[in-house]
Amino acid sequence: MAPSQKDRVAWLLLMPMIVIMAVVTGFPLINTVWLAFTDASLTGQGYDWNWSGLENFAYIIDDADFRAAIGHTAYFTVVSVSIEVVIGVLVALLLDQEFVGRTAVRALLILPWALPTIVNAVMWRLIYNPEFGSLNALLTQLGLLDSYRSWLGDPSSAMNAIIVADIWKNYPLITLIVLAGLQTIPRDLHEAAIMDGAGAWTRFWNITFPGILGALSVALVLRAIEAFKVFDIIYVMTRGGPADATKTASFFVYQESFTYLRAGSGAAYALTVTAMSGAMIALYIAMLRRRTT
Amino acid sequence: MRRSTLATVLVYAAVAILVVSIVAPVFWLFVMSISSANDLTAIPLHWLPETPDFSRYARLFSLTEGSSGKEFLSALRNSLAVALLATAIALAAGIPAAYSFSRFPGRMPLLYAVLVTYMMPPVALILPLYKVFSALGLLNSIAALVIVYCTILLPFVTWLMKSGFDSVPIEIEQAAEIDGANLFQILTKITLPVAAAATGAAALFALLLAWDEFFYALLYTSDTRSKTLPVAIADFAAGRATDYGLISAVGLLAALPPVLIGFFLQKSLLAGLSAGSVKG
Repeated sequence: MAPSQKDRVAWLLLMPMIVIMAVVTGFPLINTVWLAFTDASLTGQGYDWNWSGLENFAYIIDDADFRAAIGHTAYFTVVSVSIEVVIGVLVALLLDQEFVGRTAVRALLILPWALPTIVNAVMWRLIYNPEFGSLNALLTQLGLLDSYRSWLGDPSSAMNAIIVADIWKNYPLITLIVLAGLQTIPRDLHEAAIMDGAGAWTRFWNITFPGILGALSVALVLRAIEAFKVFDIIYVMTRGGPADATKTASFFVYQESFTYLRAGSGAAYALTVTAMSGAMIALYIAMLRRRTT
Repeated sequence: MRRSTLATVLVYAAVAILVVSIVAPVFWLFVMSISSANDLTAIPLHWLPETPDFSRYARLFSLTEGSSGKEFLSALRNSLAVALLATAIALAAGIPAAYSFSRFPGRMPLLYAVLVTYMMPPVALILPLYKVFSALGLLNSIAALVIVYCTILLPFVTWLMKSGFDSVPIEIEQAAEIDGANLFQILTKITLPVAAAATGAAALFALLLAWDEFFYALLYTSDTRSKTLPVAIADFAAGRATDYGLISAVGLLAALPPVLIGFFLQKSLLAGLSAGSVKG
């Protein structure tokens, strides 16, 4: 094919995707940007609106509630993703050892990963139940806890309880990625290092860690992008409470838009959150490009 | 490498802890689903039911008045319909796009734009989509969810299938081209069959994504005509007359298809993960 004809065919094949994405993503996104500069309300037919310039954004800068929501999101993202990375790597190193039933145990990692997010949230909510939950029963029967606690009802423990549920579901993904990375490290490297008298610790930091670093860092950013959007698990487990202790950025935008029906400021909050996600997505793409070129 | 006895004991102990930590919560969900309300609210807690009670499962599959079957079965139907339709559209538009990206390189900014739209938080789109659906009378319909899931599934399929096509050697296409096959014939008769495993995996991943989605479904559905399983489960869990066993049974049933697909996907999962394209 001639170059110009090739180009035409390439665009033709892309066309259905481009048209659909322009309608379902491009148009709404532009619309959100426009809304963010208005005082539109969500009630009634169409939008009842006036230009409000940068007013929404001026308000956001001083909004302590929103800052608190961003803080909760950042806490959730940093704590859950970093623990997921540590547990994920440790479990991968364990499953890289030889033992009977290794294939089955590796397959078992699929279970938390494939469990729907909502089912995971409901499952942990039942486990944490303040009156009849199995966590309270287990800890009291073991003598580790004097009386039943309301894990999700106490502002000091609610977020951490949610984080535990999130870690349980998501560290297997990191483990699977790291396991794949471990297979690319040649065995002779370890054998040579042992001949030279290197201990397990030295071998980990000089051979294993550099070998998995690329895959691990991509997985880490991927998880952080997902964690920053957290909504489902919060909605089911605490609805942002108690006392807004688990209200995250997505939940904040959801309430502003669909509980208080403020489309204009809701869009401005949404754009602010999207910009923060955008920074992480840009980092992810930069990393992918470095890996592929 | 030979291991000392102590190290072997430690490895097996750690593996045992790992297995228990993965299995225990899900097993407990199952135990709850077959325990009587008395067993579940006993203090100290009964860890195993006196007699297993499978009546919740029977209730969820019956349509008699007052049972929870109607909510569950209609949610099941809606989830299946939305996931299958959205996946079909995503494949129909995503496969040619992925083929274009793979065989006619040079539109890299567009390819990365596809990835960005996949990762973008849904809050960026919820308000205008709500307004449009409301104006078109599509709120609380399966069609609205199918449309909105294209924002997730289509970029995902495009991205995953691009790497699938990349691994099909171009030589076999060139041979067919010399024999006079046109592009459509090459794609459907040569490339897609060779990339069948990748295509199947992309389809199954797309189904999982749609099956799992909650945020949009919560916003755009309001009753049994369009509520999907995740929304129905959240409803069951938030209900005032809470039967923990029933919630557990619904959760387990909703988890069954994706977990089975997950085990089936194991091999392609690793391939997808190393391509950095599978959602966490």
